Amino acid sequence: MKIPWFYFASPPTFYRLAGWMAPAFFALAALLGAAGLYTGLVVAPTDAQQGEVYRIIFIHVPASWMSMFIYFVMACYGAVSLTFNTRLAAMMARALAPTGAMFTFVALWTGSFWGRPTWGTYWVWDARITSELVLLFLYFGFIALANAFEDPRRGDRAAALLALIGLVNLPIIYFSVLWWNTLHQGSSVKFTGSTMHVAMLWGMLLVALSFWMYSIGASLTRVRAIILERERRTHWVRGLAT
Amino acid sequence: MNVAAERLPAEEPAGSFAAAFAWAFSRDVRLTIRHPGETLLVVAFFVLVASLFPLGVGAEPQLLQRIGPGVIWVCALLAAFLSLPGMFASDYADGSLEQMTLSPHPMSGWACGKIAAHWFATGLPLTVLSPLLGLQYGLSGDTLGALAAALVLGTPVLSLLGAACTALALGARGGGMLLALLALPLFVPVLVFGAGAAEAQASGLSAAPHLSILAAGLIVAAMGLPAAVCAAVRIAMD
Repeated sequence: MKIPWFYFASPPTFYRLAGWMAPAFFALAALLGAAGLYTGLVVAPTDAQQGEVYRIIFIHVPASWMSMFIYFVMACYGAVSLTFNTRLAAMMARALAPTGAMFTFVALWTGSFWGRPTWGTYWVWDARITSELVLLFLYFGFIALANAFEDPRRGDRAAALLALIGLVNLPIIYFSVLWWNTLHQGSSVKFTGSTMHVAMLWGMLLVALSFWMYSIGASLTRVRAIILERERRTHWVRGLAT
Repeated sequence: MNVAAERLPAEEPAGSFAAAFAWAFSRDVRLTIRHPGETLLVVAFFVLVASLFPLGVGAEPQLLQRIGPGVIWVCALLAAFLSLPGMFASDYADGSLEQMTLSPHPMSGWACGKIAAHWFATGLPLTVLSPLLGLQYGLSGDTLGALAAALVLGTPVLSLLGAACTALALGARGGGMLLALLALPLFVPVLVFGAGAAEAQASGLSAAPHLSILAAGLIVAAMGLPAAVCAAVRIAMD
């Protein structure tokens, strides 16, 4: 099947498509989230060393994954908008930024609540935590720069370029636990296999999928609002109101 | 301002990177020399802020030796950041930046020239001054050497990153605070490795790994960021 990309890249068509897709993704997010939390909080066994407190992992790890993944997707949309000069790609990059910032904040927040009982401190200036904090500021910088211009297209382009420059931070976050031997532990899930109980792994993966679906739903809802705002002077938007 | 009005030499063949670099570098350096106040302000700021820390945290020699490299790096970071708006903003405001983009020379040439001139006016004086401040903090000879070497490698990265950020923020609302939000997070890796070099030396380890990473970062930044600066200036000119 050939997807007509340019047909869906037109804001009026995408507005309708997004309105139809967003509720579906929210429903998927709720289903997967319920399944994941049930697996994580009820089915998964208690950890031998940490006791019950380890269950923060089912929010913390998926949120951290999403914080990095959304930045990557956002930078890709930025690259598409700069190279092909498409309006919709820039709007998608804008729509993703608040969700990414939210997940970054959730990752830091849950990490700090997890650190208190296990490490004995809410915060350490560990390499991974610091680079995740930098990621949060990169999101804030993106949002601030995108909204700092009278002309929204100018903000789109400048913010897209900033997202591409900030992309160098992602490998630093991801590999920081390998490069620096600091407090934050290494990853338990690798492509070659995992060192976790299978129910723990499934709980984490289900919640991660749920967060992913939520991110798609939230950014589609947000991009609809951005499309309406940008196109408010066109006939089709005025036609919606009547 | 006579220098600002000077045109590119007519006899140069069109589209030479070296000519554009030399022209922009000499122009910005001449502007800096004719207005020495701005560079002196940056230097005074650097020394002043570095002198506030012993007053704020207490003057025990051991504590000062411990925090010295980090404090000097943070001051260098802030001084480099505060001098950023001068790099493109005044040329943008009086239209000379637009004239430069219209010149036949490659944009990366004069952009690199301006970045080098910014480093010459801020990074270089701070590096030269850093051993003096290090002595105030009671750092040993090797540590001073490691600190100066790290500053030589790290401050050009700050100028390159800062140039990209200030070019992105041309004509934006919220000026200085916006620039802080854009530039300072990107400066963090330079700070970590720069201060790490001197700290490793002070604790009896070798500063070489940190300096190697800084040098690698400088090479990557010098390869990639001029293109980003040019793209940002083009976006600003649209």
